[in-house]
Amino acid sequence: MLKINNLQASIEEKEILKGINLDIKPGEIHAIMGPNGSGKSTLASVLAGRADYEVTGGTVEFMGKDLLELSPEDRAKEGLFLAFQYPVEIPGVSTTNFMKSAVNEKRKYLGLEPLDAAQFLRNMKEKMKLVEIDQSLLSRSLNEGFSGGEKKRNEIFQMAMLDPKLAILDETDSGLDIDALRIVANGVNQLRTKDNAFLVVTHYQRLLDYIVPDFVHVLYKGRIVRSGTKELAKELEEKGYDFIKAEVDQEMA
Amino acid sequence: MHEENDDILEQVTSSEYKYGFVTDIEADEAPRGLSEDTVRFISAKKNEPAWMLAYRLKAYKHWLTMEEPKWPNVEYPPINYQDIIYYSAPKQKIAPDSLDDIDPELRKTFEKLGISLNEQKRLSGVAVDAVIDSVSVATTFKEELSKVGVIFCSMSEAIQEHPELIQKYLGSVVPPTDNYFTALNSAVFSDGSFCFIPKGVRCPMELSTYFRINAANTGQFERTLIVAEDEAYVSYLEGCTAPMRDENQLHAAVVEIVAMEKAEVKYSTVQNWYPGDKEGKGGIFNFVTKRGICAGAHAKISWTQVETGSSITWKYPSVILKGDYSIGEFYSVAVTNNFQQADTGTKMIHLGKNTKSRIVSKGISAGKSQNSYRGLVSVAKNAGNARNFSQCDSLLLGDKCGAHTFPYIEVKNNTAVVEHEATTSKIGEDQIFYCNQRGIDTETAVALIVNGFAKEVMNQLPMEFAVEAQKLLAISLEGSVG
Repeated sequence: MLKINNLQASIEEKEILKGINLDIKPGEIHAIMGPNGSGKSTLASVLAGRADYEVTGGTVEFMGKDLLELSPEDRAKEGLFLAFQYPVEIPGVSTTNFMKSAVNEKRKYLGLEPLDAAQFLRNMKEKMKLVEIDQSLLSRSLNEGFSGGEKKRNEIFQMAMLDPKLAILDETDSGLDIDALRIVANGVNQLRTKDNAFLVVTHYQRLLDYIVPDFVHVLYKGRIVRSGTKELAKELEEKGYDFIKAEVDQEMA
Repeated sequence: MHEENDDILEQVTSSEYKYGFVTDIEADEAPRGLSEDTVRFISAKKNEPAWMLAYRLKAYKHWLTMEEPKWPNVEYPPINYQDIIYYSAPKQKIAPDSLDDIDPELRKTFEKLGISLNEQKRLSGVAVDAVIDSVSVATTFKEELSKVGVIFCSMSEAIQEHPELIQKYLGSVVPPTDNYFTALNSAVFSDGSFCFIPKGVRCPMELSTYFRINAANTGQFERTLIVAEDEAYVSYLEGCTAPMRDENQLHAAVVEIVAMEKAEVKYSTVQNWYPGDKEGKGGIFNFVTKRGICAGAHAKISWTQVETGSSITWKYPSVILKGDYSIGEFYSVAVTNNFQQADTGTKMIHLGKNTKSRIVSKGISAGKSQNSYRGLVSVAKNAGNARNFSQCDSLLLGDKCGAHTFPYIEVKNNTAVVEHEATTSKIGEDQIFYCNQRGIDTETAVALIVNGFAKEVMNQLPMEFAVEAQKLLAISLEGSVG
């Protein structure tokens, strides 16, 4: 589904990603972990197509297409979703209206008829249950005055509405209390099928107790330095990132 | 909702000014230029009574003594008032009995504008007094309105049929001497609408007028007068589109509203005149005076405007709050793009006790345009417990445009509470990217964000206008974000 080959990217001439290799297949959940500043969020942003970053080398194939050639909106319509670490406020635009536009833009791209109001509403009601979100929140201006937990639940709700093939969760656990974390994780688990995949970017192991990954990768200084199963995450939790940093710095020296 | 969005997208991608076509109708024109003879010509053309001619001539003489105002924050080349044709009427052989008798060319124009009168008549329940150039050509629903005693007709007709009302109210809110352009309008106004709602009547439908500037070099001087007697209610819609022209065209309209005790008048405008091209060539000069008076206690006047067109806009719909407990409201969205300039706002004049006013202004600037809010809140000495809330928000697209706010507050009574809030923001890259990531392209994202910004005002519009206004916002900002 997603094949990242030797991906390099920089921001303002500063190289952040120094050759990432990653292969994600349908049905898989991958976790990317790493210390602060290792390039985790950069990877998420580059995949989604944020213009601030310049791809300086490597290739990314998504659903058989050259992802890097696609505009951010076409990447989204091809089925790539990014749950933002810091969801953006759009005053005066309700989540409902925002999603109506997004869902129908995607349907148009796929050559489908737009959903009528009744179908859309039915669909929305169903997805609202997944993340235990209520109508009043969806009628408010998008992310404006939302609590941290509301913002993240809203991201997962949007993900459910758009039904992506690959969802990237960028530090979705940051700023969440344990109840919100459980709700978010629960939503993700219910949306998981054999045809879609998740890339979970997180600093802490905590989230991975709820969203159990098939693979865990450790990102450090712009490279994936270790890959393993969920046991690797456990090990990191116990020992901290320092032991990996030390090992890697030694290898590189 | 989403079909509307699709529509917006489609219109956004086709970038020509949509309403830029010229109807080929033989015009009956006044000679170019302005003199006492021009005023007499217009009055004679319209078979006006002597008092009306006298009114016009007095205004004309006063105009000669005045100077064009220079204080607005706009720049434009000098207007040659002798190079304007002040009267142009589409030729109609016989007065039409029904819509079927109307010149087919005119009918086509209406259809292109999407306001097929037949459709209007059949579906919408909106009575339309359609004005092409200077003469009203069709008025519908008149019968239904007359059943409840509502008068809704062209100004020319009102001068003939209801002289006592016109003599009583014309110029009572906006005197000819008010300013340079009202004097000009009072001298040469060609036509417009008159609306009278008698005591205790709630007008059974929304009243609507479509103005359209047609013949080349024709100044458009519309005159509108709305009178709501005690406990009457009316919602009035004014919508405008104009054909594309290279020369600048002057538009100096006057709108007057009188609301008696417990009367309510809601006046909504969607203004989409030709804004000029991307280089700033052409476009309409829109110098308009709109004012209402809450003459009786508990009266309410509410102005809602969505201004996207014209190369220059100069207009301050105002309310004189004379009656105790009266209420004035002003809701405005003004969009400027390319080289457009807008200097617009309102005046709330609190004279009565316990009067309230509310101002919500949303300015959106793009391209190299300049957008100014200019507003006055005045509380007179005897206006105890007056209350005003003003909110002026500006949204900038790009870094070559300007947003300016000129709030004037004059309070002569210390029980008044006057609040003013203002914000300026830019559409952020992160907002656009967030939309992009959800599959929404940049042009649509801008439309979405701008409509969200303007929502508080858009919500005030009647349904018929809300949809059109949403599209207009998108259309007028196309290409403004790279």
